[in-house]
This record gives sequence, C-alpha cells and structure tokens, in this order.
Amino acid sequence: MTSITARLNDLRAQKRKALVAYVTAGDPHPDRTVELVLALERGGADIIELGVPFSDPIADGPTIQRGAERALAAGTTMRGVLRIASEIRTHSDVPLVLFTYLNPVLKYGLPALAKDAKASGIDGVLLTDLSVEEADRHLEALRAHDLDTVFLAAPTSSDRRLELVAKYSTGFVYLVSRAGVTGERDTLSGSAAPLVQRMRELTGLPLALGFGISTPQQAGEAAKLADAVVVGSALVRVVEQGGDGLEERLEAFTRGLKEGMK
Amino acid sequence: MLEQQPDASGHFGPYGGRFVPEILMSPLDELEQAYRAARQDPAFQAELDRLLKDYAGRPTPLYHARRLSAKLGGAEIYFKREDLLHTGAHKINNALGQALLARRMGKQRVIAETGAGQHGVATATACALLGLDCVVYMGEEDMRRQRLNVFRMRMLGAKVVGVTNGSRTLKDAISEAMRDWVTNIEDTFYVLGSALGAHPYPMMVRDFHRVIGVEARAQMLAATGRLPDSVFACVGGGSNAIGIFHPFLNDRQVKLVGVEAGGSGNGQGQHAARYQTGGSPGVLHGCFSMLLQNDDGQVSLTHSVSAGLDYAMIGPEHAFLHDEGRAEYVSCTDARALTAAVEISRTEGLIPALESAHAVAEAIDRAASAPGQIFLINLSGRGDKDIDIYREHLPELEQDMVTNDLNYRPA
Repeated sequence: MTSITARLNDLRAQKRKALVAYVTAGDPHPDRTVELVLALERGGADIIELGVPFSDPIADGPTIQRGAERALAAGTTMRGVLRIASEIRTHSDVPLVLFTYLNPVLKYGLPALAKDAKASGIDGVLLTDLSVEEADRHLEALRAHDLDTVFLAAPTSSDRRLELVAKYSTGFVYLVSRAGVTGERDTLSGSAAPLVQRMRELTGLPLALGFGISTPQQAGEAAKLADAVVVGSALVRVVEQGGDGLEERLEAFTRGLKEGMK
Repeated sequence: MLEQQPDASGHFGPYGGRFVPEILMSPLDELEQAYRAARQDPAFQAELDRLLKDYAGRPTPLYHARRLSAKLGGAEIYFKREDLLHTGAHKINNALGQALLARRMGKQRVIAETGAGQHGVATATACALLGLDCVVYMGEEDMRRQRLNVFRMRMLGAKVVGVTNGSRTLKDAISEAMRDWVTNIEDTFYVLGSALGAHPYPMMVRDFHRVIGVEARAQMLAATGRLPDSVFACVGGGSNAIGIFHPFLNDRQVKLVGVEAGGSGNGQGQHAARYQTGGSPGVLHGCFSMLLQNDDGQVSLTHSVSAGLDYAMIGPEHAFLHDEGRAEYVSCTDARALTAAVEISRTEGLIPALESAHAVAEAIDRAASAPGQIFLINLSGRGDKDIDIYREHLPELEQDMVTNDLNYRPA
C-alpha cells in the first residue's frame, strides 16, 4: 500500500476529509519550496501536490501560469524538484504527488523518472495531459516503482471514459469540478455533485475534488461531496504575494481551509 | 501505407495522438465523429466545394515561371498559386471547412489562434460568411508585426484578443485558445489553423488542404504530361506542405521537400527549424512530434522573420514522413527568404508571403543543378501582409532602383 492510500484510509476511518494542497516547486525559488511545503503540512494539508513547472501549461489559469514562470525563471528543473522532494523527506512523511505535464517527464525519460522519483520520496504521479488512452505504455514504468497513478475525470467525460479513468487510477481519482482551467472562482460548480455521483458508482477509490476551490466555505462544500479537496491557485496566490512571514501566512491560510472542511 | 495515416487513435507512426486535459477528451471524440460524418455527407462536401470555387477562388492556377526558370538555367519552375485565393493564402481552405463543420455541429461561437494573422483573417472571413461569432487569439508581438491583419479581422467583425503570456507569439496564442475552449466547451468550436494539435486536427486540417495537391498533380500532368521531380513547401506546423504533399505520397519518384524557418542562426531561440538543431520528440498542445525544447523539456522560444513559421513543433505527419524517408526537411534563413522574395518579385512580378519565400529560396538554390527537371513550389500566400516587414528589412528599396536589375541582393 502506498502512503497516499494509507493516509486516505486513515482519514476515512476517522470520518475526516483530506486536504490536498498544490504548490509549484521552485516558486518563488527552489530554496524556498521545502519550508513552504512544511508550512502547508503544519496548516493541515494531508497530501501535497508538488507541481513541476512547464513552459506551456494549457490546463492552468493565470495564477499558476505565473507561478510556473517564476519557478522557471529561478532555474527550477525536474532534477531540482526531485532534490526538493528528498529534502522534504528528511523532515516529513507527508505524501507527495508529482503534478506536471507530460513533456518534461518524457524528456527526462519515464523509466528514469519513475526510479528517481521513488528514490526521492515521491508517492504518486499526475500528468495533466496524459489521457487514459495514451497511458498504457507509460503506466508500467510508474507501477514498477510502486508509484500511484492519478488521472483526471471531468464533467465532460463520457461514461466509458470515467470507467477507464477509474480503472487506470490508483491512490485516488482527481475530479475536475468544472469546465475550465485552474483558478479561483466564487462558487463551487453545479457540475461537481453529479460527477462525484457518477464516479462513486464506478469505483471505491477515494475521490478528490479540485479546480476553482479557493475559500474555506467552498472547501467545506466540496468536503461534503468528496473524500478529498484540492486547493491550488489560492495557495499559489499567497506565495505570489510573498513578503515577510510568508510561511506563517501560508500555514494560516491552509488552516482556514481545513477548518472550513470540518 | 503512407497515405492511410493516421490510425484509429490519431497516430502517424509514433507521432500525433491526443495529449490534452481530460476535459477536452470527450469533446475531441465528438468533433472526430462529427467530422467523419460530415465527410460522408455529399451535401457537406458539395457546399464546401461550392464555397471553395465561387467564394475562395478554386481551382487556383498552376503557373509556369518561365522567366525565373530561364534565369536559373536549370529546372523548370512551376508555382501553385494559392496566393491568389480569397484572403491571400491557402488558410481559407481549412477555415471554410471547419467553419462549415462548426455550423453543422450547432456551435455558434468560433475561436481561433493566429500567428501571421492569415489563419485569423481566414477564420474571421468564414465566420462573417456563415454568421458565426469569432474570437481570435494572437500574441501581442505578432499583433505588432501584423497590424494590417489585426485590423482586417476587426473589420470582418471578429474580436482579436492579444496574448501577453510567454513569448507573445503563435505558441502562446494556441495555449490561450485551448484555455478558452476548455472553459467554453459547450457552445464553442475551435478552428485550429495548422496541421497540429490533438487528433483529429492534424488529419482534418490536412484533408481540407489536400485539394492543393490534388489540383496541382492533375494540372501538372495536363501541362507537362508528367509529374514534377520535386515539390517544395514551407513548413511551420505544415498545413500548406501536407496539403500539397499528400496526393503525391504514392508517387515515390517525386521528391517532397519541406522548408523550415532557419531564422537568424543556429542558436536556441534563433530559428524554428526542428530538424536543424535542438529538435527532439515531445508533446506540445496535444500532439507528440518533433519539438524544439531544452534539456529539461521546456519548450524553446523560436524566431523567424515570418510569423507563420515561428513555432516550436512540426506537424506529426511531417515527422512521420521524415522518419519514413518519404519527405526531406531542410531550413532556410531569414536572409535567404528575403533574397528569394525580391528575386521572384523582380523576375515574375510575384511578391510572396514571407513564409512561401522560404520554399522559393530552396527551389532556387537547387534549380541550376537540376536541368531537365520540373520543380513545383507551393506559393502558399501573397506578400501584402508582409510589406511592413519587407520595408523594415530592405530599407535600401525605399529608393528607386533599376527595376530590371535581376542580380540585386538585399544588403
């Protein structure tokens, strides 16, 4: 059992919901990421999505695009992100999901990445532009190193596609709450609940709900539907504001989200 | 067989495919089904044929460039005159096809990306004709380079959205268009302008441009009684090139030559030639193909004097034809393209689009050593849109020159 599954099982046994926090590794600088991840964990994040910046992030809205630009400008590389993961592991057992686009992974070489990621303490991988159809030839390398493979399901996904997403996912399934790119929204989309319901009928895997969740209230609504709530852009925005006491503010913001989920 | 690509999942050999966020996967399935149904529907094809003929100006002529051929003293050079089409380039073939498909699918809102502005103008034109709403994404750097086309799109009723991300060129315009599509999937049709992106786009765009090669092949047989020895076309994503190449794929004796943008040098960021230096297989904008990228898998910035060739990835079918040895890919620098543009302006009275000038340059360089051969060049667009760029790069022409100085070379 991977540490992602163990963590989600524990929470489920306690009838609690998981907070999955996204951070772009290397934003604003690779030297800062470890402390920011530890702040997220202190604030109550149960799982960390460690974003590897990509030059052309088509699934992301402006906030995370800017985060990726800052990280790349600061010299962040895939190797650098794996070093960051190793460093996190010297301080914490928080499950880590490597979250990125396919191209940096292909360039690194998938078998090499799977091996190095596992050795660096990564627990799972989510590639936003890898569909289940194209995944077959890529999954073996990841599974060989006991890495969870998380796939996205969307309100537009056909029933047939949801079945495939359920079949290929391990650890949890990431449900995209709405049509659109990542970013903060005022309300939780009406398309979230039907998607959760459709997916529940297909799998017993924990379901995480993300995209557009940025406030404690929205996190609370999402937690009523799903097993885990993913927050990304709102956290990247806190990082973007920077300044003194960033870790404390990030921790406090995360705690607020977690409170909203109770 | 070469001409039977892609396979059912959209792969040309190892290239192509569909690498997009899950939210787009079912819509792409629907698009593919709608496209295949439309192609089977004689009424759809008849309407497209009618518009291509009566509205866009097809068939375009095949023109024997006798003066240029005589001057070069080798191969006989023929131009396929896509530059004569309505809106000034081949792009209208695809824009009309996809806009008709949008209407057939009941999508009232159309979005497009554009680099040089030709695809944006073609899409805005097709939308005006069919009564569809049109939003065009364009990098701010390209808007600066192609101001006239920005105005043309607005005059045609399209909304032009400037893209300020990244390099502010075609790559960023495609990313922004994809983000719009992800967000407005219900009522929006994305008219992609090159033989790129996720399946079915590379296949669909090629099919709509195949008419170029089908006509040219028949015209060449009628004019000369034989097939050309070489076919030249410029390649950014590669829509005009795949359009003219495809009907010749089984004519193994016909050489197919794709000309990429060699830009201002070999360094990263100085060119857009995927087969020159720095290219390796990768995924961008939904497609697996040859890509200019750094060692860490970040997409490289590119440069070309021609905005339409200024893109980091070559279309997947070209990558396939390259690996199969069926087509060769070479590059042409900014300077050679500018020289070739002046050359055919003065010998033939044809001011080409900067993109097309790249193909012309390669053919000119090979002509002298190919006596008795026939070269076919896809003159994919005319140069009206590029006059400001020509002026910028050829300041010496601001003054009168001896107009018949055929040996003139830009300084």
